[in-house]
Amino acid sequence: MRIGVFVCWCGSNIAKTVDVAAVAEAARDMPGVVYSTDYKYMCSEPGQNMVKDAIKEHRLDRVVIASCSPRLHEPTFQRCIADGGLNAYMVEMANLREHCSWVHEKTPETTEKAIHLVRMAVAKVTKNDPLQRNEIPLGRRALVIGGGIAGIQAALDIADAGYPVVLVERTPSIGGHMAQYDKTFPTLDCAACILTPKMVDCASHPLIDIWSYSEVEEVKGFVGNFEVKIRKRAKSIIDEKCTGCGECLEKCPVKGIPSEFDENMGTRRAIYRPFPQAVPNKPVIDRLNCRKFLEDKCGVCAKICPTGAIDYAQEDEVLTEKFGGIVVATGFGLWNHSVMGEYGYGKYPDVISAIQFERIMNASGPTDGHIVRPSDGKTPKAIAFLSCVGSRDQEHGHAYCSKVCCMYNAKQALLVRDKLHDVETYVFYMDIRANGKGYEEFVQRTIEDFGANYIRGRVSKIYPDNGQMVIKGADTLLGKAVEVRVDLVVLATAMQPQNDAKDLARMLGISTDQYNWFSEAHPKLKPVEVLTDGIYLAGACQYPKDIPDTVAQASAAASKVIGLFSKKAILSEPMIANINEDTCAGCGLCVNVCPYGAIELIEVMDKEKSTRENKVMKSVANVNEGVCKGCGTCAAACRSLSANLRGFEGKQILAEIDALADMVKGRK
Amino acid sequence: MSEETKTIESEIEEIKQPKEWQPAILGILCNWCSYAGADLAGSARLHYPESIRIVRVPCSGRVDPMFVLKGFQKGFDAVMVLGCHPGDCHYAKGNYYARRRIAMLQDLLETLGVPRERFHFEWVSASEGNRFAELMTEMTERIKKIGPFDGVTP
Repeated sequence: MRIGVFVCWCGSNIAKTVDVAAVAEAARDMPGVVYSTDYKYMCSEPGQNMVKDAIKEHRLDRVVIASCSPRLHEPTFQRCIADGGLNAYMVEMANLREHCSWVHEKTPETTEKAIHLVRMAVAKVTKNDPLQRNEIPLGRRALVIGGGIAGIQAALDIADAGYPVVLVERTPSIGGHMAQYDKTFPTLDCAACILTPKMVDCASHPLIDIWSYSEVEEVKGFVGNFEVKIRKRAKSIIDEKCTGCGECLEKCPVKGIPSEFDENMGTRRAIYRPFPQAVPNKPVIDRLNCRKFLEDKCGVCAKICPTGAIDYAQEDEVLTEKFGGIVVATGFGLWNHSVMGEYGYGKYPDVISAIQFERIMNASGPTDGHIVRPSDGKTPKAIAFLSCVGSRDQEHGHAYCSKVCCMYNAKQALLVRDKLHDVETYVFYMDIRANGKGYEEFVQRTIEDFGANYIRGRVSKIYPDNGQMVIKGADTLLGKAVEVRVDLVVLATAMQPQNDAKDLARMLGISTDQYNWFSEAHPKLKPVEVLTDGIYLAGACQYPKDIPDTVAQASAAASKVIGLFSKKAILSEPMIANINEDTCAGCGLCVNVCPYGAIELIEVMDKEKSTRENKVMKSVANVNEGVCKGCGTCAAACRSLSANLRGFEGKQILAEIDALADMVKGRK
Repeated sequence: MSEETKTIESEIEEIKQPKEWQPAILGILCNWCSYAGADLAGSARLHYPESIRIVRVPCSGRVDPMFVLKGFQKGFDAVMVLGCHPGDCHYAKGNYYARRRIAMLQDLLETLGVPRERFHFEWVSASEGNRFAELMTEMTERIKKIGPFDGVTP
């Protein structure tokens, strides 16, 4: 046994509170250690070279790196020692930074703890066995969940690289929130003009299948081998027959259903498509409102459909499909401000959310782009925009900034003045956060060239008075209370995760943060990966983002999928369960507890009882290496200690605990 | 008595006074939630007592009751097992197995003469750095109150 211990200063991160030289010195006396040293940045190139050189020079067969969390740099040092000629799994890390130097003061006890952590890692590495990775098959077909701009961009990028993509969208059309917007900041491109061509590209791409009105129900498997159950909800329309002529949309007698796409500012019928440029441009029947389904009457759409595409008997179709990689692009939801009494609990018709205002401004919206107020259809003479409604507001559960509101407030205030010259605009803000290319200039333009009145302060009360809305707030720059009378109030409500984000996270086995935004694998260095291989994040399902950031992340996620698919093969996780067939009694307890169904009983020859003439068979547990994820539940359940988890074997963990015997004695 | 002598005497008194006893606590943490939560406490520079020594396992479902028993056998004053919140297990349901197993282990520990309050099983997520640090402080205080563990008599 020849162990080398390398203690990292991490600049001053560790060295500030831990006496690294003393740790390296103490390591020299630990059993099996033949070499130890310390260095400023162990993960840097000179640091890694130091490890590689020491492996050769001191003929090391095991390595302990005492630095940061193994969750950060274990793969780095596994590669490093593999380059140095050892099996990659003959390294263990002692977490001196996150678990010691960053959380304790500079005291002798902190250094002592660091020594204990190294002692544990040395004890563990002593018991390490070399591990191998095996090749596992890789299916080169991608699933993109969510058909907003993020999903569209990711699907197009992956398909353009030559791999087939299924784009699953739960509403009847792809397009997402972006399709609802009027113009986009800071260039004022019309959202439809830049989005709809991409939607059409998706529909016409030979490698992209759009499954609209569909939802993911179950995800099984692992990187390269996901099995996903997708429910294609019954549209009551036969896709192949429907030409999208739209005759049925005109004739359906069930009118006045609030349109989801128009954010309840407009109406639709029971058979509908969300908007005229929808992709796929075919209607669906809303069974909860259709008279055919409610009362078995009507049937007008079936009568007038020239191609006979209406099928009332259509049923949901549940398909199980295989995919190699998954892009999650499920976007965001908006906070409902109806809990805010000071803004009227959502009861005043002329207090609307910014997305509703987007629909009112949109030329293909419910008012054909005429800016009128919902209560009486009159053109407003004064409009107030309120930022941070629910955002940066602990009380309402969103401590974070929704990131896009400052910009769309400015955009809406600008566009309003552009369309209606005779209007006053007021923007109530906490801070203006305009940190993007051309963003600050845009806000200044709104203020200087388009005369928006920016008032720094929050609004404490809105109430109706004589056909107008009275806004009472504070101007914190002037240090006094302000009161303005306006005809329409637009609230920048907080972006929040989709209501069912947590359910999807559970299905995918990915983690979420305290708000239910999906968590990336590393906030800086792995912004599109999650902790499960083969699943990538794109867009606002991770955190509020504007369109440029969303598109950038979608392309990044797509490039990760393309990178994965361009590999010859993928390698299995080496830290998985294994069974000692000699001692296994075939009780099958591990079969029952395995969360993945990775263990089954097989018949093997009983070496003890078999003779040359008679082969006696016995059943033993057997692990499917492609399916096992290495949780170790079987190892904890096994009564005969025959099941074990490579990398976290019982002997390794017990050795770690044993190594602390001195510490415990010292404290009695 | 002069000022100076007083100071010296108080210093002597301080030296005579034994340093406050710090318990030894063993933590067995799942990699995906609780160990990550402990990492987050580090990144956020949340200070807590140095009494804990952490063993990393992939999942709380990996925790063989033997590991806990070993901790007490070695004389740890307390042992903690921390895993993902129900429903958040990286391996779908390893933490549920842990929960059942540990319910049985708690009874066993009592039979063996390990007081219940020396063993703690709890959920800590990857985003709960705060909670981890608080838990470490609370646990250390609790064990300080009940004093050192004098071991399981063979």
